[in-house]
Amino acid sequence: MIERIEQLRAQAQQEIAAAVTSDAVEQLRVRYLGRKAELPQMLRGVAALEPQQRGEVGRAANEARRALEQLIGQRAAELDAQALEQRLLADTADVTLPGTPPQPVGRMHVINATMRELEDIFLGLGFTVLEGQEVETVHYNFDALNHGPTHPARAHTDSFYVREPAGHATKQTIDVKAGHDSMRLGAPTDLVLRTHTSPMQVRAMQAHPPPLYVVIPGRVYRPDSDATHTPQFHQVEGLAVDEDITLADLKGTLLAFAKTVFGDERDVRLRPHFFPFTEPSVEVDVSCFHCSGKGFQADGSRCPLCKGEGWLEVLGAGEVDPNVYSYVPTTERNAPGYDPEKVQGYAWGMGVERIAMLKHGIPDLRLYFENDLRFLEQFG
Amino acid sequence: MRVPLNWIREYCDPPLDTAAIEERLTMTGTKVEAILHHGVPSAENFVVGRVLVAEKHPDADKLKACKVDVGDAAPADIVCGAPNVAAGQTVAVALPGAVMPGGMKIKAAKLRGLPSNGMILSEQELEVGAGSEGIMVLDGLTVDAELAPGTPLAEVLAISSDVFQLEVTPNRPDCLGVYGVARELHAATGAPIAPEPWGEDPGTDGPVAGAEVHVECTDLCRRFTARAFADVEIAPSPPWLKARLMASGQRPINNVVDITNYVMLLTGQPMHAFDLDRVAGARLTVRRAHKDEQITTLDGQVRTLDEEMVLIEDADGPTSIAGVMGGERSEVEPSTKRVLMEVANWNGPNIHRTSWSLGLRSEASARFEKDLAPEQCSHAQAVATRLMIELCKARLMPGTIDIADPTVSSPPIHLRERRVQAILGMPVPLERQAAILGALGFGVAHAADGLEVSVPPERRNDVSREADLIEEVARIHGLEALPATLPARRGAYGRLSPRQQARRRAVDALVGRGLFEVFGWTFTAPTLFERLRLPDDDPRRDAPALENPLSEDHALLRTTLLGSLLDAASRNVAHGIADLRLFELGTIFSLAASRPTGEAALSDTGVHEHQALGVLLSGRVTPVTWGSPSPPRADLFAVKGVLEALADALHIPLECQTGSQPFLHPARAATVTSAGRDVGWLGELHPLIARDWGLDGAAVMEITLDQLLVEVPMRTYRDVISFPALRQDLAVVLPAGVPAGDVLTVVRSSASALLDDVRVFDVYTGAQIGEGKRSLALALSFRSPERTLTDEDVAPVRQRIVAALSELGGELRG
Ligand SMILES: [Zn+2]
Repeated sequence: MIERIEQLRAQAQQEIAAAVTSDAVEQLRVRYLGRKAELPQMLRGVAALEPQQRGEVGRAANEARRALEQLIGQRAAELDAQALEQRLLADTADVTLPGTPPQPVGRMHVINATMRELEDIFLGLGFTVLEGQEVETVHYNFDALNHGPTHPARAHTDSFYVREPAGHATKQTIDVKAGHDSMRLGAPTDLVLRTHTSPMQVRAMQAHPPPLYVVIPGRVYRPDSDATHTPQFHQVEGLAVDEDITLADLKGTLLAFAKTVFGDERDVRLRPHFFPFTEPSVEVDVSCFHCSGKGFQADGSRCPLCKGEGWLEVLGAGEVDPNVYSYVPTTERNAPGYDPEKVQGYAWGMGVERIAMLKHGIPDLRLYFENDLRFLEQFG
Repeated sequence: MRVPLNWIREYCDPPLDTAAIEERLTMTGTKVEAILHHGVPSAENFVVGRVLVAEKHPDADKLKACKVDVGDAAPADIVCGAPNVAAGQTVAVALPGAVMPGGMKIKAAKLRGLPSNGMILSEQELEVGAGSEGIMVLDGLTVDAELAPGTPLAEVLAISSDVFQLEVTPNRPDCLGVYGVARELHAATGAPIAPEPWGEDPGTDGPVAGAEVHVECTDLCRRFTARAFADVEIAPSPPWLKARLMASGQRPINNVVDITNYVMLLTGQPMHAFDLDRVAGARLTVRRAHKDEQITTLDGQVRTLDEEMVLIEDADGPTSIAGVMGGERSEVEPSTKRVLMEVANWNGPNIHRTSWSLGLRSEASARFEKDLAPEQCSHAQAVATRLMIELCKARLMPGTIDIADPTVSSPPIHLRERRVQAILGMPVPLERQAAILGALGFGVAHAADGLEVSVPPERRNDVSREADLIEEVARIHGLEALPATLPARRGAYGRLSPRQQARRRAVDALVGRGLFEVFGWTFTAPTLFERLRLPDDDPRRDAPALENPLSEDHALLRTTLLGSLLDAASRNVAHGIADLRLFELGTIFSLAASRPTGEAALSDTGVHEHQALGVLLSGRVTPVTWGSPSPPRADLFAVKGVLEALADALHIPLECQTGSQPFLHPARAATVTSAGRDVGWLGELHPLIARDWGLDGAAVMEITLDQLLVEVPMRTYRDVISFPALRQDLAVVLPAGVPAGDVLTVVRSSASALLDDVRVFDVYTGAQIGEGKRSLALALSFRSPERTLTDEDVAPVRQRIVAALSELGGELRG
């Protein structure tokens, strides 16, 4: 018996090793380990043997069966792997063909992307984002921002006026401080397309008590159209009013903005200027990032970006004029209100198109609204 | 404003070069926009010469051979072509080496055989005058002494000057005069300032014999002064005066007119010269115009006035529009003998209105409209009187007509020392504050906790409060020294509202799905509505209109984003880019009160504004690759896919119902609803509209985002982890006209809470199920948060679903 077992085992080993297909291996499994095969039958017959033979024969048969099972499994796996390898090799790809792209991403418009960048900077500095309406009353767009009744910005050459809806009466909201109606030059109606985001200064103060830290991104309008002016453009207004906000705080805030947008090495300078709704008023220049503020390039030629100035004019700003606070009525919503002896603050208005233009070297503002995909896909 | 630097230096001459002066002015608030140059590039080799001999050139009729003393041992030979050159004249000479304004360099040469070592110059060649009658003769240039030949020409005439182009802010009309700019430079540099040029006035008070003025509207004419001059000799102005005017950008005319312009440029106060003999009745009246009254102005135009405009008239009628432009009738002429010099003060806003409504701007109106101080009238009269006597040999007649309201005086302003630091965030010592204000012409006295400051008349409109004084101190002290600090921000914090966050998420989702954001025009053309086939009663036709559009195509405010999306698509297609995935987020406007307004109804303008989101897909929705050479083209389901992505990103359910729009394919269009509210539309563009914009079809959508984001829901956890879902399929055959949306609604409403999700995963029509039928395969997903469901658990639910479907005409399939 033992001999027979050894013989079977040796014979099977030989044949398994020689098998070259999975089918052949399967046949061998049936032949040696199948229900009717000799070895399993011997195992089943162990009980019928002499007691002293049982142990030895049983052990040997079991051992042989396990060994064969393992061999067959191994061989089958080997052959499967070989077959797989062959199938894979047959499936040859030309790796030099272009890849299949995933659904490509789109782009935010460069103006929206820039506005979001600006919002994020000021969110980080503790400002809340507000938005305003685009059709404004003359009151909020000019009067409440301390524009004299004959300020040239009111002229119909400088502002778009909107025909008043039938039955609508904004006339009543006119503040007497703005003067006699006939003196509001060039104001055929009391509605304008806002010429700046600044009307939201007074609206924000009417709605919220101090301390107030807000930025107001949005679309604004002026009737100009050439390479450096488009009749619609975008601004981000800033307003901070608290007990003790100084012009130095304005400088610090805008320095943070300049460094984030134009690079860590940037500096800002404040130049005195005039705006009706700030006092003192300043224009804010950022040191030129093209020539590092030197005014000339490495080869000694004049810097084309700052035209040799070393500075780029970026925005207008100032301390909020005390007169503006006087246009903010104190109500339940904004109590204790805005008493210019108790609060002070700064405001700025920056042009988004100009910032994007400087940052990306965009030569013509009209490109922003032509929506040519070849332009759009470069940014955002 | 153009200001020659050497004119400024006459009053304030700091030891600084042009660039340094520019920097000081710019950094203290008088921005130098550009530095121009007037005249010759360099004054070198330009000298005074005396013509000793001027003889006809032997070989040329039109040339003269001259010997000119130019200060050297021997006279210079110069051939000159000017007809007026003559022996004895004092002239301007360019010696070899001199460079002319155009860049031409003077060299020793021979002209028709004779040596010519230089050039005798005309006014035009030096850009110091506009005269064309040959060379400039300098005889009598100075009253006291003859000019020595060889004297550098620049010592007697401004032949080479840097000119500042200044941006004068509207609050500073005092800087519309040279002396005002000089005072700024004085304050900015500390260099001494010369006394005011109007300090000495040869004039006298009292009535003027033979001239009368009557002011009817003292509200608009706050002061009117006039002086009379006799024996006036009208002549060209002396070269120095012409040179000043030329460098300032003004054309010399004659001495009297030039004096009025010179005085305006120096003092900022415009004035006007009348030929007194041609003032009919020798009496001027200042009054409001009558309605539609007409006047011919100096430029030859007939102007029609209204009752708010002021004119000056004599016995024969109107002679000028006050403060804006003179008339033709009483101008100074070569024959004029007696001159009436008028210096008046006009109501600035009124002048602005007049000049604005007539479309007529002048140097005078540009100054008057900024509201000058009545006191400035005296400044101009003083300077003009001196020059009239000096340059026109005129005899000043006694007296000054002076009709004035009592002069406004402004009370002193209290400046608290500590307030300066509180506003600026940097200390400025009290003595420094006082010195700055003093240098700017303010009267300064010490007070308890700061200064008591009185304001000079020409600054009265700009400086009336403490804040204004702080600005004066700040700008002269210098903002360069300002530290950069950050606000304390007590209790304030920054945030985006949930709505703003959701809007960002929407943009990001669309960009992530491959869409490009466009920014279209807010303005739209009235013809758009016709092109979009909107019926007459469509509320989108009710667009707000501009009073003063730039063009008819930009006359209205848009009521839909579709127009600008189509324009963007059309433009790209025209450039050969046919596969487009565009979206726009922007404001749409409406006058129609019937439209739902959502939260955006803060409108106190009667114009409703909404944030809308528009999408346009055209061409292939995914890129062409070698692996998929013909990807599907944009259709209804492509744009609906975008809608679903948006709904998914926002966690807001958005549904489509059958609906139509005039500009969409009549059978492939939908109304978009959210929680039962109509929030927009989508569908395939009507082929006729697509053709109109040059598109080969497009799928479009517009939703009103602010109506959608009224409530941005907070997400809360739902247990879908602990127990698995039980999935079952259901195929139902229905009449073909039953919308899938109705089927899903019926399934959802008939099932119990156990039904977690249901979606259509296959649609079949064909012979197997018969004509007029459609089979929908539904994937049902059941779930309980408490246990694992079995088929037995859901069997009753499934039965209810089947029963409900049969009411729609549905039968289970197979
Ligand atoms: Zn530069």
